[in-house]
Amino acid sequence: MTKILPFLLVLIGLHAHGKTIEVCKSCPVNSLKEGVATAMDYDTLLIQKGTYKEYNIVVDKPLTLLGKNYPIIDGEDQGEIITITSDDVTVDGLFIINVGTSYTSDYAAIRVVKSANFLIQNVVLEKLFFGIYLEKAKDGKVYHNKIIGDAVEEFNSGNGIQLWYCNNIEVSRNIVQHVRDGIYLEFSDNVLIENNISTNNVRYGLHFMFSNNDIYQGNTFENNGAGVAVMFSKQIKMYHNTFKKNWGTASFGMLLKEINDAEIANNIFEENTVGISIEGSNRIEYRQNDFVSNGWAIKVRGACYGNSFSENNFLYNSFDVSYNSKLNDNTFDGNFWSDYTGYDLDKNGIGDVPYRPVKLFSYIVNRTPETIVLLRSLFMDIIDFSEKVSPVFTPDNLMDNAPKMKKI
Amino acid sequence: MLKILKYSFYDLMRSRWSYVYFVFYLLLGFVLLFLNNDVSKAVITLMNLIIVLVPLIATIFGVMYYYNSKEFTELLLAQPIKRTSIFLGQYLGVAGSLSLSLILGLGIPFFLYGLLRSNAIWDFSLLLVTGTFLTLIFAALAFNIALSNDNKIKGFGYAVLLWLFLAVIYDGLFLMSLIVFEEYPLDNFSLVATMLNPVDLSRTLILLKLDISALLGYTGAVFKKFFGTNFGFILSVFVLILWTIIPIWRLLLKSRRKDF
Repeated sequence: MTKILPFLLVLIGLHAHGKTIEVCKSCPVNSLKEGVATAMDYDTLLIQKGTYKEYNIVVDKPLTLLGKNYPIIDGEDQGEIITITSDDVTVDGLFIINVGTSYTSDYAAIRVVKSANFLIQNVVLEKLFFGIYLEKAKDGKVYHNKIIGDAVEEFNSGNGIQLWYCNNIEVSRNIVQHVRDGIYLEFSDNVLIENNISTNNVRYGLHFMFSNNDIYQGNTFENNGAGVAVMFSKQIKMYHNTFKKNWGTASFGMLLKEINDAEIANNIFEENTVGISIEGSNRIEYRQNDFVSNGWAIKVRGACYGNSFSENNFLYNSFDVSYNSKLNDNTFDGNFWSDYTGYDLDKNGIGDVPYRPVKLFSYIVNRTPETIVLLRSLFMDIIDFSEKVSPVFTPDNLMDNAPKMKKI
Repeated sequence: MLKILKYSFYDLMRSRWSYVYFVFYLLLGFVLLFLNNDVSKAVITLMNLIIVLVPLIATIFGVMYYYNSKEFTELLLAQPIKRTSIFLGQYLGVAGSLSLSLILGLGIPFFLYGLLRSNAIWDFSLLLVTGTFLTLIFAALAFNIALSNDNKIKGFGYAVLLWLFLAVIYDGLFLMSLIVFEEYPLDNFSLVATMLNPVDLSRTLILLKLDISALLGYTGAVFKKFFGTNFGFILSVFVLILWTIIPIWRLLLKSRRKDF
């Protein structure tokens, strides 16, 4: 916010100089295209309520497109609707529908190309291909938009908010539903993704690729086809997010692949098939997260070194931690495990016996996945117990030496 | 047959063990609900208990009842009554009274704790249906064993062994074979192996109806089809019915030929 405030003030200052052009069906200016053509730099287009059947509107000068009572801009499935190629453009309060679907070009409802200082807010998008597409843009803000798609298949649908080669963007308080990927980032650095709600998307709620130094916090990702994927990125911070009900045969709350030096704290992972699936990720700090009622709370797929798990709550997961090797370089310390059966004689709140989060059964399932049919059978409970007493198969240094007695 | 069924049933209803069994489930239900205070969680805990305990009790009870009422059976055989009706009547008496204890014992506490208002009612009814099926299956297996062995000690031994085998050892062997043959596609094999054991079958049936079935579908397409659709449920119920009919049928066959 503080980064964006100065340029907002500049915008307001500039507005004082610009004039307002009214666009309505009975006005001298009755289409957006005409409005943009007649406007001077830093003018405001005040778009009155009505339906405007237009597409390929190119905003090539610094303007404010302000909708009054949500005017409808209907692209009639012809192609892209608004393309912003100038700096200092504001789009506010429009209702954009029927973006064209194409298999060769990514038509978007609003596309920002190589621009800075833009603001897209209070926009409602429906029946779209791509929603808001930021391409090589910087220093902008996407705030409080509602994107409701009708995606069914991955191959013929687009993403809600897509950032490609962007820098210093804030994406906050948006609602994204029923698109392919709710929010998609590729090669975008210093992005803040905050308080968004991304639900019921065909593929991922949030998808990160090759994007460094980004923060995402306070977001809710619920019931997405595969959850959230964070891949090939460095220095990501994730705080206070909720990952919920990504419950399907190939779903996970969050997938981390090739992520280094990240911080994951105070998140809630609830009712996911896999809470976090980790692959090739190093030096990640997991603090104070809640893992509740997941199939697997944490699934470690290998090549993960120097990660630390502390003060997390592991509550009623079928498997707390699953490992596919005997090697362990990650530390577990001071977590609360609902399956912990130890005692605390000195009453310091820390269990006196270490807890081993990897059960033998989870090791076996990793090796031979079909053995999962024996889930909850008496025999499995017996061998899990014997493994607990004397570990043979599971990594023997993988344990929490100071398990908490009470939920954190 | 109905007369003998009635006699056996009332005989058992009067016996102390039926009450012990009933009171045990009643207490279990109340304690579980008191500790959990959540009907759907209690159902899961109960499932773990039922698939182990119900077969054990049905087996022991079945064998015990047969040996205890042997003299009376011999007396009945001297009367002009069809053999099938004698044995079927006794069997249904035992299985019926055990099922009744189970259903009432667990039903009452859950009912009092507001089961009808909870959405766990289907899971719970499925649990009771599975429990009843297990009682029928294991009582029939027990009668089969008792009919084939005149020696009481041997009969008891076999009965306990049968329970141990199906509840524990079978899963062990199953697991071993899965690990030994892990190089091969095992989806169909493991589903068939599950069907061949009524204890595993009941466990699968209940898991199918719980959310947890998504975990099982994670493994592959065959599992996904089985655990993710109604196909698995219908097939499991069908096989469970087969498991009930076959031992009863063998019981009748055996009783007709048996020389007393």
